[in-house]
Amino acid sequence: MIDGVIALYIFMLAAFTGYEVISRVPVILHTPLMSGSNFIHGIVLVGAMVALAGADTTLVRVIGFVGVFLAAGNAMGGYVATERMLQMFVAAGKKKGKN
Amino acid sequence: MDFATTGQTLVQLSYLAAAFLFIVGLKRMSSPVTAVSGVRWAGVGMVLATLVTLVFMHASTLNLILVVAAIAAGGLLAWVSGKRVAMTDMPQMIALYNGMGGGAAGAIAAVELYSGNEQSLTHLGVAAVGGFIGSVSFSGSLIAFAKLQGLITKSVRFSGQKLFNLAILLVTLGLGVAVVAGVYTGPLAVSLFFAFALLLGIAMTLPIGGADMPVVISLYNALTGLAVGFEGFVLDNAAMIIAGTVVGAAGTLLTQLMAKAMNRSLANVLFANFGESSSAGAASVTGTQKAIEASDAGVMLAFSQKVIVVPGYGMAVAQAQHKVWELCQLLIEHGVQVRFAIHPVAGRMPGHMNVLLAEAGVPYDLIADLDEINAEFDTADVALIIGANDVVNPDARTNKSSPIYGMPILSADKAKNVIVVKRGQGQGFSGIDNALFVLDQTRMLYGDAQSAVGQLIQAVKAAG
Repeated sequence: MIDGVIALYIFMLAAFTGYEVISRVPVILHTPLMSGSNFIHGIVLVGAMVALAGADTTLVRVIGFVGVFLAAGNAMGGYVATERMLQMFVAAGKKKGKN
Repeated sequence: MDFATTGQTLVQLSYLAAAFLFIVGLKRMSSPVTAVSGVRWAGVGMVLATLVTLVFMHASTLNLILVVAAIAAGGLLAWVSGKRVAMTDMPQMIALYNGMGGGAAGAIAAVELYSGNEQSLTHLGVAAVGGFIGSVSFSGSLIAFAKLQGLITKSVRFSGQKLFNLAILLVTLGLGVAVVAGVYTGPLAVSLFFAFALLLGIAMTLPIGGADMPVVISLYNALTGLAVGFEGFVLDNAAMIIAGTVVGAAGTLLTQLMAKAMNRSLANVLFANFGESSSAGAASVTGTQKAIEASDAGVMLAFSQKVIVVPGYGMAVAQAQHKVWELCQLLIEHGVQVRFAIHPVAGRMPGHMNVLLAEAGVPYDLIADLDEINAEFDTADVALIIGANDVVNPDARTNKSSPIYGMPILSADKAKNVIVVKRGQGQGFSGIDNALFVLDQTRMLYGDAQSAVGQLIQAVKAAG
């Protein structure tokens, strides 16, 4: 059980961490980075799974199903998009080495 | 220790590991060399957390089947769309995937509020706030997607719009407070709350012009993160709290950086409709655009010492990045020094143009950003503008009445010659006339970037 004050500590430390980690990212990586952070909030999937797992009425099941569906889309789409973009930087970097 | 307790411990440990991997992953994304490994580390964290949750969660067989089916359906759809989408369309796909995350956070809140299991006022309140933010992010991101995809082409604006949106906001908040406080409860109240939150996202995003969309997507990305963090608190899920908050903070910073690059404040983007005041500035551009044939432009390029290429969204739309690099390689063989000048908001998001050039195989060391390259335009024989417009408009430096006055621009007007590849005589994304296009040293090469650059390649080859 995460109680209120502990949760606030976690919020605070995580916010600083996010700010610090991102502030060192060069401009050229901003779009992949936005995509990457978009992927990371795909962790909402585990929450949606738990919510659907506990569903006991049809209404809640339907909402839970939609939630898991959307969350899985967020996580998978975010990953594929980010990896594809970053892969290109690797390819371009290698080409540079050869030339 | 029995199975259930061990399971819960394992779940918690997997969330700890996931949070660690997410942060390390984000950090590794800070350099092009380690970036791919960064997203893979984060991916490992995601798979680990998902699998451990799946194994140890308490679900009836029906619910378990539903969970697996929903993951399979959502995952497959996103995988296929993510693999197929062209790099130029990436910004709207990010908006779409982000919207899905916001929708998922909204759905978790809806489950909490509809089921009525939640008793604590704090938890109910946090669930509602997260649900509100997630819902706004969901519908707003879908509108952003539709706009960038070209499904919605007009920015809907009417007088009293701000008051109208404010009214929706107040109704939503009122309903939220009533539901949480138990004054007005039941499925209808909850449904109305979510309906108004979704409406707010739509109403907020519809009036925002296409040029400002990246800032908006970035903002919704941060909001989704925040919503996920709040729902994480409701579900006692540390991984969601940490990942959501990290993204919320990072997204906020990124949004500020983008707004700054466009010389717009966030409030300006959201509440002042871009282009409304542009008619005043537009009138100030006088003079005529002078056309040039591709053959003449090719000769000019081939016999230059130094060419600076300024690619813009027009190049991306025409998928001309490969052709442009082909042209540049040809010029380099001719002994021409070639550089690419990238404006921070070239393309549709900061870094979008770098992704497109990387896709075409342009080495990083030829690519320069605004601060680096601006001093070099003086020494360039030709500035070749391909589908860029507002980012090279000298009015931003000199014309105080221009809506883009003060925005940092690439000083292409300092080059000895300027060749502009452009589809037609029309205005750019922001609807502002460009003073660069009527300068004495500027020549316009009309045509789709793909075919125009193709003609340039032929012309350079012909020039020997």
